[in-house]
Order: sequence, then structure tokens, then C-alpha cells
Amino acid sequence: MLRYTLSRLLSLSISLAVASLVIFLVIEILPGDPAVLMLGVNAQEDTLAALRDQLGLNGSMLTRYVDWVGGMLVGDFGTSYTYRTPVADMVGDRLWVSLPLAIYALTLSTVIAFPAGIWAASRRGSAADVGVMGITQLGVAIPNFWFAMLMVVVFAVNLRWFSAGGFPGWDEGFWVSIKALTLPAVALALPQASILARVMRSALVDTLSEDFVRTARAKGLTRSQALWRHALRNALIPVLTIIGMQFAFLLAGGIIIENVFFLPGLGRLIFQAISARDLIVVESVVMLLVFAVVMVNFMVEIAYALVDPRLRRR
Amino acid sequence: MSLLRIEKLSLDIGRHHILRDVSLSVDPGQIVGVIGESGSGKSMTAFTVMQLLPEGAQASGRVILSGHDMLSLPEAALCDLRGNEVGMVFQEPMTALNPIRTIGDQVAETILIHERVSKSEAMARAREALNRVELPEDRFPLSRYPHELSGGQRQRVVIAMAIALRPKLLIADEPTTALDVTTQAQILDLLKRLVREDGMGMLMISHDLAVVADMADEIVIMQNGVVVERGPCPGIFGALKHPYSISLLAASTHAPDRAVHVEEAPLLRVRDVRRTYRLPRKTLFGPAGEVEAVKGVSFDLKKGESLGLVGESGCGKSTLTRAILGLEEVQGGEILLDGEPVFTGHKPNRDVRRRMQVVFQDPYGSFNPRHRVDRLICEPFHLLDTPPTGADRDRAIAEALTSVGLSEADRYKYIHEFSGGQRQRIAIARALIIKPDLILLDEAVSALDVQVRAQILDLLADLSKRFGLSYLFISHDLSVVRVITDRCLVMKSGEIVEQGPTDQVFANPQHPYTQQLIAAAPDLPEIA
Repeated sequence: MLRYTLSRLLSLSISLAVASLVIFLVIEILPGDPAVLMLGVNAQEDTLAALRDQLGLNGSMLTRYVDWVGGMLVGDFGTSYTYRTPVADMVGDRLWVSLPLAIYALTLSTVIAFPAGIWAASRRGSAADVGVMGITQLGVAIPNFWFAMLMVVVFAVNLRWFSAGGFPGWDEGFWVSIKALTLPAVALALPQASILARVMRSALVDTLSEDFVRTARAKGLTRSQALWRHALRNALIPVLTIIGMQFAFLLAGGIIIENVFFLPGLGRLIFQAISARDLIVVESVVMLLVFAVVMVNFMVEIAYALVDPRLRRR
Repeated sequence: MSLLRIEKLSLDIGRHHILRDVSLSVDPGQIVGVIGESGSGKSMTAFTVMQLLPEGAQASGRVILSGHDMLSLPEAALCDLRGNEVGMVFQEPMTALNPIRTIGDQVAETILIHERVSKSEAMARAREALNRVELPEDRFPLSRYPHELSGGQRQRVVIAMAIALRPKLLIADEPTTALDVTTQAQILDLLKRLVREDGMGMLMISHDLAVVADMADEIVIMQNGVVVERGPCPGIFGALKHPYSISLLAASTHAPDRAVHVEEAPLLRVRDVRRTYRLPRKTLFGPAGEVEAVKGVSFDLKKGESLGLVGESGCGKSTLTRAILGLEEVQGGEILLDGEPVFTGHKPNRDVRRRMQVVFQDPYGSFNPRHRVDRLICEPFHLLDTPPTGADRDRAIAEALTSVGLSEADRYKYIHEFSGGQRQRIAIARALIIKPDLILLDEAVSALDVQVRAQILDLLADLSKRFGLSYLFISHDLSVVRVITDRCLVMKSGEIVEQGPTDQVFANPQHPYTQQLIAAAPDLPEIA
């Protein structure tokens, strides 16, 4: 298990190194000069040169890459070209919205999907199964922003249970913030829960037809005992994979929902940074997201090994 | 009074009639063998007793297990009986255990489900059960996982689960079909011993007459869901009346009529072949280990000869087959077909490759289900520089299909429209179509029912006569090798330990391993 963990950690570091290089190079070859963008096209050449120098754009590519990576390792993500504030602070603020939102949505999605998937699989072919499959089909098909707007109309405008958008900040109190994140989290969770429930169901249906489930039944276990004690843990591997992918998506991909609810999250930050050619912010946020995805994958792989003893020896 | 009494049992699944008026009984301490080919309903009879039938199954008649009417009991009562009064052992030991729970856990579960005992007491009794199936504590602690055990050892764990509560009846559904012959003999011995010790009744289901004949007190022969014959064993073998049972017995010992025309010139020369595989590294930068699967094997196969290669799983026979086919490069020695190397440089030699073909074991997995038969059997044409087209191609297809006993019209069908035996004929047609000199038969009849197997063996003998084919017959099944080969090689741990004319090897085996193999193979009783 230790060797497995170490080898996963090694592959994690390699992924991060390669990703940082790719991100840096892609940003590097993109056309557009941040100095020109900041000062306007009519700026004097010597002013531009001075700004480039100030932003550290004149060094060789290698020194700039090393500076960038070295800075990130000690928490210095550089200074935003447009806002002139440290990127780390900007990202930090946004992360405190996006991360809780992603965790909230993922928790909702899992809490909905597991019982639904297990219920449908254990009553395969019944009305319950058909019902769950039909609803999840709908959940996958409905665009989440449309569903978000619908919820705003119902719960914010008509019932006035929630505010229609915005985020008060954690200083205003835990429950106030959670309440503000509830509608966005539900909107994000709905399609994810539908996908996860379908994966859960099909993985469990496959596992239930395995020989060892029949062996368990021959020992005298009831249908549901065989499901809970033997089939479920074996069905978890594909489910864990999907959960890992969903978390990564929720962290970065909430941009439309963030816009619908006026949330100051990472998605909106990266969107604004790209429009403003604030490349240092783009680089840092993308790198951060890569880091998050790689970390989540690492955790998923550790979870695989906890579920399946055959993987521990690798 | 009988322990298990099945009376006029009929079973339908959907609109399919599976069983009709099946009656049989098992007394305490008695072993009843149920024999039949696939689809005869023998396994479904067992599942009806367990009441573990697929959905939509409708059973009628009576199944009485130690006084309980199994067909009318509610599910909860059935759960109390399963594992407690009746235990079951299955065919596939590799998948019958939960891969992510320890063997101790799984054996103890049988006890915990039925008795109010503490976890530690259940574990202690699981230990006892594992000891009884000869998995001693020092080598097989309760904390072992199934993937750390071999097929035979896993089957012992399944048996331990089934007998942990000393049930009155043990049902074994093809318990040794997936195992090697020596492992099979050990498992059969174990089952016999447990039945004797516990006075259990046992319902032993098999397609293999010889396996059942060795241990059963009574034999029931089934065909198409009906019991066609029954009687005490071994007496029944001398007194078979039903045409089906007679033909089943004949097929089990069927020796195809072969006209041997062997030339002295060797067709295939294998010299000092070594094949090694690299193991995954133990440490990050340490040297990778190696395992030698084939350790310097040499033999000749003469033109027109049928040569057998016998050995148990893991002995290196499949690796050797792949090397001969030029699918993998060898690390030492040479393989020549008619003097030409199979591998030139680091590439397979196409001139040689087109002169040999292979037929694999699995008639279900070795075809692309989306292609029609004509396309499937034309696959070897890619080995030719100018593959036939148009009328030539049609003629080749027709010839290949008719020579394996299929009709020309079958070329338009898909593979799912054929039975296992027909598929194996198609596999042979695919091998024949480029008129090879040598066909490698890798367990080619192992997955077939005995009667179909006899037909395929006849076909192979006939084709060899007509086309002067040579065969390399790779199998773990001694009874097949015995009737179809002229000479045979016995392989163990990557080496050939014995070779000689087949009759001689079987009549007078020299190497201890060969002696052990032949002793382990179940025999049908000698009948007049």
C-alpha cells in the first residue's frame, strides 16, 4: 500500500510538472502583448518597454518559467496586470466561494445518486427502476442554467426563500453563506446526480450478476444482504472515477452558474482574466485547477486501493 | 427416507421449456451424478433445488429437501435452508469468490448468517472448515484474499463455505471442469472424503462421464430437460438402453478413424527455444526480474503427423504456441518450418506464417460478432501477397465451408446464428482457407460437449487424410490427445519432460510427472 501510494505520488508530481510546462508554453505562444493591452495601442514605445521590464516580460523564457514555478511553490503567484494586486489574494478570495460550492454540490449529488442508483439496481426492471432511469434521463438532458433560472423564479422571486444571487462572504456567518450557495449548488448537482445515479445503477446491476453474488445467495444471504455486503463495494470503482471527474468539473466548470447567481467564483475570475488578457492570472488559475484535478485523482486512486485489495500490491 | 426427492419437476423460463418431469432422489451419504451436455437442464435442476432460479422461472412438481417443500417455501425460509441444510459448489472458482473480501471473512459469513455466534467464534470455525479442505493455517491464513490463491485453492475455499455448517446435502455443479487434471483429482478426492466424513448426500453435476463414474453411487443421464436413463454406478455402464446414453458413452471414448501417412522429413523444427518475460520492477530503480516460461524446448513435427503437447495451465504450452506462430519473438533457439525461420530479423516471416494456422479454444470469443462468416473465414488472406478476389474468393469460401461440413449458404450468416460446435467448424474453415501445411489446435475441442467433440475429432482426422495436414494438438485433456495424436510431448514448468509415440507414453509413462498426470485422469470403468 505504501509503495502504491508513493508511486501514485510520483506520477502526480510528473503530471504537475508537465502541466505547468504546457500551460506556460501555450500562454507564451498566444498572440497579444499584455503591456500594449494595459497601456492602449497609442502608448509610447519607451513607456511600453518600461512596463514590460516592470512586469518581468523581458527575461528569457527559461528564467520566466523558473520564476513562475518557483514563485508558485512559495505561494507567490505574481501580480495581476489589470488589478495590480497579488494574484494569490484574488484567487484565494474566489477559491473560498468555488471550493465550498463544489463540495456542497458534490455532496448533494452523491447523497441523491447513491440511494437512487442502489434502489433502481435492486429493483431492476420494476416501476421504481424505470422511474429513476426516466428522471435521471431528464436530469442529464436539462441544461443546468435553465434549471437555475427556474429555481430563481420559484424560490427567490415567488417564494422569497432564497436571494436571487450574490454572495455575502463567510464573515457574515456560516449559515447565511451556505444559504446563498444552496440554489447554485442544487443547480450544479442535478445533472451530476443524474449521471452518477445511472453509473451507480449500471455498475451495481453488472456486479449483481457476478458469480460471487450467486455464491453469497447460496450461503443463505437474502437478496439485499448480498447487495449490501458483496455487490456494493465491488461496484464502487466506476462510481469513484465519476465522482473524481465531477469534482474537477464542479470546481472549474461552474462558470455559467456563477454568472447566473452573480457569484464571485473562480470561473468568473478566469473568464474576466481571459477577456482582459491578464495572462498571469489565467496561468495561475489554470495551474491551480490542474493541481486540484490531479489531487482529486490522487485521492480517487487511493480510494480505489482501499476498496480493492488487488490494487494495493501494485 | 430420501434426503432430497425431486418428483415430476417441470421448469419453464419465459416460453422455454427447460425441464420436463424430472424425478430423482438422493439418500444421506449417497452420491448421485447427473450427466448431460450443455442445455440438458442439469444445472437448472440444481438451481431449482436451491431455489436460485433466474427471474421469470416457473417450476411445478415437487422438490422435497429433508422434509421441506422447496417450491412452496417463502423466501425467508429458503434463506435459512441455503448454506445450512444444503451447500453448493460452482463451476468457476476464479469468479465464485468476492475479490475484495478475505477468505476467512467469506467462510465465516456462512456461519454468521445462520447462527448467533460472535465474530471471533465464527472465524475460529471458518479456520476449522479451511483446515478440513486442506488449506492449512501456516500457508493460508484467514486474511488471504482470493486473488492470492490458485484456481484449485479457490475451489477449496468455496467448498469450505459450502460445508462450514455441515449441511445434509451438497450440490456440486461441474466443480472441476475449470481445473487441471491433477487438481481435479485432488478436489474429487476431497469431496468424496467430506461426503464420507459427514454422511452428506451429494448431487454431482457434470458433463464428463468419467469424472462422475469415478465417484457416484448412482447416475442420472439427462437430455433436453428429460431424464433418459438412470441406474447404479458403475453397473449402469454395462446396461445402457437409451440410444442417447449409448451414444454419449461412445462419444466419450470415441477414437476417430485416422489413416496415418507420416513422412520422415520434419515439417516443424523447434530447437532450444527459450522465452522469457520481464517482471515488473520490485523497486523503483532496481533491475527488473525475469521469468522463463519456456526453457530450451526442442522437438520435430513430421509431415502428416499429429503431435500432441500435453501440460497443465502455466506449463508454458500456450507461450510455446505463440512463439511457433511467430506472434512473439523468442529469446533463444530457433523455430523452422520446412527449413524457413518463423521469425526473420525482428519480424514474423510472412512466407512461413501463411503455411500455418491456428484454432483456439473459445468458439464464442474468437470471432468478431459484427462480421459475416465469409469475411471471417477470409481473414488469413491478408497473409497472401495477392489475395484472391471475385469468383476465386467465392470458390475458396465455398470449398472451405463445405470441407468442414457446413453449407455454402452459411457464408451470409453471422456468428451468433451458430452453435459452439458449428463455430469451431468455422474456425477450422478459417484455418483451411489458405491451404496451410500445419494447423495448431490450442485446446480446440476443450469447450465442446462430448458428442460435438467426437464429431470435430472425426472432421480433423478426415481433413488430415484429404489435405495431408499436420497437427500440433495442444491440450490439457489427456483423453483427447490419446485418440487424435501419433506422438506426444509432455510439458512441465517450461520443459519437455517426456516424449514418444502416444500409445507408448500412455501405456508406459517414464517420467514421474507423466505417471502422475495419467493416474489423475478419470477413467471410465472397463465394460464388456
